[in-house]
Amino acid sequence: MMNTGSPIGEDDLQAYIDGKLPPDRQALVDAYLAGHPEVSARVTQQLADREALRVRLSEKFAEPIPARLRIANLQSNAALRRRGWYRSAMTACIFLGIGLAGGWWLKPEGVQINAARLSEAGFAANASDAYRTFVVEVAHPVEVGADDEAHLVTWLSKRSGRALTPPNLSAFGYKLLGGRVLPGGGAAAAQLMYEDDKGERLAVYLRAGQSAQTAFTFEEKNGVSSFVWVDQGFDFAVSASVDRAKLLPIATAIYQGMI
Amino acid sequence: MSTMAMRLEAEIPALRRYAFALLRDHNRADDLVQDCLERAISRWYLRRTDGDLRAWLFTIMRNLHISAGRQSQRRGPHHDLDTVTLPGSPADQDHGIAVRDILEALDRLSDDQKSLLLLVGVEDLSYEQAAAVIGVPVGTVMSRLSRARQKFRSILDNKTPATLRRVK
Repeated sequence: MMNTGSPIGEDDLQAYIDGKLPPDRQALVDAYLAGHPEVSARVTQQLADREALRVRLSEKFAEPIPARLRIANLQSNAALRRRGWYRSAMTACIFLGIGLAGGWWLKPEGVQINAARLSEAGFAANASDAYRTFVVEVAHPVEVGADDEAHLVTWLSKRSGRALTPPNLSAFGYKLLGGRVLPGGGAAAAQLMYEDDKGERLAVYLRAGQSAQTAFTFEEKNGVSSFVWVDQGFDFAVSASVDRAKLLPIATAIYQGMI
Repeated sequence: MSTMAMRLEAEIPALRRYAFALLRDHNRADDLVQDCLERAISRWYLRRTDGDLRAWLFTIMRNLHISAGRQSQRRGPHHDLDTVTLPGSPADQDHGIAVRDILEALDRLSDDQKSLLLLVGVEDLSYEQAAAVIGVPVGTVMSRLSRARQKFRSILDNKTPATLRRVK
């Protein structure tokens, strides 16, 4: 019995009131209270207060549990709330989906959505501008003529930073006129000009660009049709004053045969 | 019935009693119990499995009560329009009677003192459990409990002037 020797403290008295006194202290506290009537009176009073509070609240403790506090009911409330949340999230997703699909469906032709496509659109604009500038040029449609093809190839390859060979479009009736170097937004771009026997011209515009690959994008601006795509490190654009259906096989042939 | 439901429902009478003693209003007490149980259900798997369920529940309830108290301090007390008593001539028979209800005396104690008298004296929590609920060391619980009981008695004796005593 370790504690038997230590004097009585306030914590002993509180534990006495709460009935939590270790058995070995009980006799000591009893003896102390017997010798200290004032403390004893206080402890007795506090014991009575404790009891009064318990009695006052005993009725509440005895009450049956209200239905709303049943765990099963609380759980189904929570499940309902969750389901409600889930349902509104689903509704939001559906409306978002409708909005996106509708927006896509209604989007104006040629308006590009994301950043990559924006730069592509700029590239396409460069290509069709270059086409329109030089298609009417009679005296100097090209800088280096096709008759000096070996020189043209080395020169364009050197200036555009990538090895390239002009595609052969004779199957479509187009003959290579020659090429020129143009500013292409950062890098130098090369324009290869072709002409058919009626004098209709077609330009292949290319620029060393991203290594990504994209699908064909069609654009028409002021009667100039262009197909634009990215492949094998080149941005490609084929522009001519023909309609989409006529230009598509040419673009496909260039895509398949180039490089 | 799940283990969780069984174990929680076993504590509901004690939780309702504690809540009622804190709030002295049956409806608000059950609201508090409901909040406490909902939180306990949602955090059932986050509780320490070796921990004490009663102490855990009383801690949740006490924290909810304290934060609700802070909220009503900011917003002012809520009075239901239907139950509000209109000012009239005050009843005279209360003079000299400081406390009609022992819970009213309890209400004049501080939050910690009130909780200690209830948790230790009524809910029979151990001093260690009460210390965990209040968030203080056991030694502090003992000395606060002693002061709380003395103050409680002096309020019942009407020795300290009641805080809301009418001045004539």
